[in-house]
Amino acid sequence: MRLLVYAAAGGIAATPLAAAELLVSVEIPRLNVSEYHRPYVAVWLEGAGQKVTNLAVWYDLEMKNGEGAKWLKDMRTWWRRSGRELAMPVDGISGATRPPGRHQIAFAGDRAPVAELAPGEYTLVVEAAREVGGRELLRVPFQWPPAAPVKAEQKGESELAAIAVELKP
Amino acid sequence: MRSALKLAALALAAATALATPAAAHRMWMLPSATVLSGGDQWVTVDAAVSNDLFYFEHVPLRLDNLTITAPDGSPAKPENVSTGKYRSTFDVHLTQPGTYKMAVTNDAVFGSYKLGGEQKRFRAMGGKLPEIPETATDIRLSQAQGRLEIFVTSGKPTETVLKPTGKGLELVAETHPNNLAAGEEAKFALVLDGQPAADVEVEVVPGGNRYRSKLNDFKVKTDKDGKFTIKWPEAGMYWLSASVQDDKATIKNARRRASYTATLEVMPQ
Repeated sequence: MRLLVYAAAGGIAATPLAAAELLVSVEIPRLNVSEYHRPYVAVWLEGAGQKVTNLAVWYDLEMKNGEGAKWLKDMRTWWRRSGRELAMPVDGISGATRPPGRHQIAFAGDRAPVAELAPGEYTLVVEAAREVGGRELLRVPFQWPPAAPVKAEQKGESELAAIAVELKP
Repeated sequence: MRSALKLAALALAAATALATPAAAHRMWMLPSATVLSGGDQWVTVDAAVSNDLFYFEHVPLRLDNLTITAPDGSPAKPENVSTGKYRSTFDVHLTQPGTYKMAVTNDAVFGSYKLGGEQKRFRAMGGKLPEIPETATDIRLSQAQGRLEIFVTSGKPTETVLKPTGKGLELVAETHPNNLAAGEEAKFALVLDGQPAADVEVEVVPGGNRYRSKLNDFKVKTDKDGKFTIKWPEAGMYWLSASVQDDKATIKNARRRASYTATLEVMPQ
């Protein structure tokens, strides 16, 4: 087993990350619209210097000839930050679009991509864009690695009901 | 006869607009998208000369001197080219990933002289001057070099097409023209015949002015190195234009007006 040991900034404690966990939840709202398409959703972390760590990109993977990639650019901020640099689909990141409801994704502290995070301040960013609908982007800042269990949430207004990040040391 | 006259009027309107970009009539191209994903995409482009941006309400833009440069620097062909009453359109198949440049250039000479007390005027395109009688007096020649550009990127932005040609007034984009966002600053420069164009006023007009009372335009000036910075107030399509006058015409004894115009899309954050 790989045991990562980081010295905390104050030099108080060394935190073994093997058991640490980062949980992200994304709640897609149920919308009363005449034409509904599941949103494209990008989930990523921004670290110091806007360094991007992609966690998930949900889009229409199943269209023939990869035509679903045509709307990836509608997740405007994600597209500029990192999307345009990627050749989608990307293993471990891309997935199919999800229905309304709360979706949780868990990342173990000792495995990529979380194991590669340098200690510091991060922002969880979730951007959703819906065909014939709108776009919404939410951010939740957090510290990594966590000293104690942390849960932070941000409510959305239109395309995202809420996003949350839960950290377990 | 009638259609020939109309064509001449069109050409004149286009050339005049290029010669005096600050005049009421603005010349523009408007792409259906500037940022695309997913490979093998198309864009369609409207091109017109009008007062309001970006509405076709005056005359179409002539596409005779349209050049499209693909991301690898090779020329690309426009498809479905058509010119209607108020606008021209063309499609471009983006077969390569990267940044495309689409440019309409013009090089016209406007002249006037007196012959036997009579004032004569002419216009010549492409640098070929009509014969001026030896007895003519008060000869005035002015050359109008105009460049109108748009940029479109499929996938990741690339730099090859951003290199200036070294002829006339051109934009040097330190910030990629397909990487513009509201609230951010974009760094550009103007070059004239490839050399920094200092102290040139650049006019920026946001599109959509038909539905607002104010034009909301603003002006910035290039510094001694030809550089200027624009902070985009909001997302949308913007019309950017500048012109300079000097005596560096490629035609003898002519004054020159070189102009540059671009349509730039600014994305929301």
